[in-house]
Amino acid sequence: MLAQDAEARVIAGGQSLVPMLAMRLARPTRLIDILRLPALAGIRDNGDSIVIGATTKQATAERDPQIAAKLPLLAKVFPWVGHPATRRRGTIGGSIAHADPSAEIPLAALTLGADIIVRDANGETTIKSSEFFLGPMVTAIPQGALLTAIRFPVWPQQRLGTGFHEVNARHSDFAFVCAAAQVALDEAGRCSACAIGVGGLGEYPVRLDHAADALVGSDLGDATIADAVATAMAQLDIWGDLHASADYRRRTGGVLARRALSDAREVANKTATARRQ
Amino acid sequence: MKVELSINGETRSADVEPRKTLLDCLREDFGLTGSHTGCEHGVCGACTVLLDGEPARSCLMFAVQADGYEITTIEGIAPAPGELSVIQDAFCEMHGLQCGYCTPGMVLTATALLRGTPQPTREQIVEAISGNICRCTGYGQIVEAIALAAERLALANAPKAAKR
Repeated sequence: MLAQDAEARVIAGGQSLVPMLAMRLARPTRLIDILRLPALAGIRDNGDSIVIGATTKQATAERDPQIAAKLPLLAKVFPWVGHPATRRRGTIGGSIAHADPSAEIPLAALTLGADIIVRDANGETTIKSSEFFLGPMVTAIPQGALLTAIRFPVWPQQRLGTGFHEVNARHSDFAFVCAAAQVALDEAGRCSACAIGVGGLGEYPVRLDHAADALVGSDLGDATIADAVATAMAQLDIWGDLHASADYRRRTGGVLARRALSDAREVANKTATARRQ
Repeated sequence: MKVELSINGETRSADVEPRKTLLDCLREDFGLTGSHTGCEHGVCGACTVLLDGEPARSCLMFAVQADGYEITTIEGIAPAPGELSVIQDAFCEMHGLQCGYCTPGMVLTATALLRGTPQPTREQIVEAISGNICRCTGYGQIVEAIALAAERLALANAPKAAKR
């Protein structure tokens, strides 16, 4: 049905799509409800990755102990995703397929370098999250294909830390700016792996890979973080709107990215201390 | 399309257009007008109902998607006609409502909260009702009403001495 009707849309939790229908921003010819297809829901631990089925509810993932233990950055963003009532209907795949530029789950998926799995009549394809978000509410899902699951890589390092910060008008409203970071520290306390992403700044969330590369091998000192983030932020195309100007977003994005990184460093440091005791 | 829904313990059926929201179906087809129409895009929480005991926005789903769930509306909360639930009573006593528009959503959200978390902290109450907008009371009395209801429910079966 999806392949035959270009104007058909898939619906699962409906927490983003139905508001768009109500405001007549989307006018699909057909809605195809996938929420109750059992094969599309569920959380599978593959050791080095965790695969989350597209229709897994956000509230289910939020309470899942495997996600809390192995995908701490994803676990950290859930309280910021809508409200408790919308998280009980809203799905992980729906949030990613909807691709709101300020949404937290797409930011976490991009920052962690998740793979997006889509299926059509010809079979399954994997799209890298870095190539998935093309614009506001525009993704690389091919015509006629269905997002079926998201594969999140699990970092093997023991000393992991994460950070997430967001600025919005009211808690759980759309983010003006948000930033997510995950770092790993080696035995000597130096950064061995780093990922940092920012959302709400432009057409889609972005990873600050240059900043992350610059920080690997460093001691993640505040000044080092500030330098790396400032250089990366200067290169971004940032938009402004009624809520927040481009200048405000650039400045705040930098501050939140620095805070997310320093929080992540502190959490990783504490993990090490806890283990020694 | 014909739908058969389980609402407040009764099976009800209606012939609805597939595009009709659960909220409109509850109000127009079943006369359950206690579920209020507010923003109609999932922001205000006035249309909150319980699906299998968990709060959900009835404006963000279609009636045809609601079969198989146990739906509870505000009309299904009171123990008997003319009576109030402990939570409803606490809302009255603490002045947790003025115009009453948000109240059904607030009461249902509080009902679900206190079932799962009988002794919530203030933060848990605030988080639970964070998706329900009230434009008159300023939330203070609503939070107090839910705290009072929690206290009363906790002491409902306690010996008299514990109630002082």
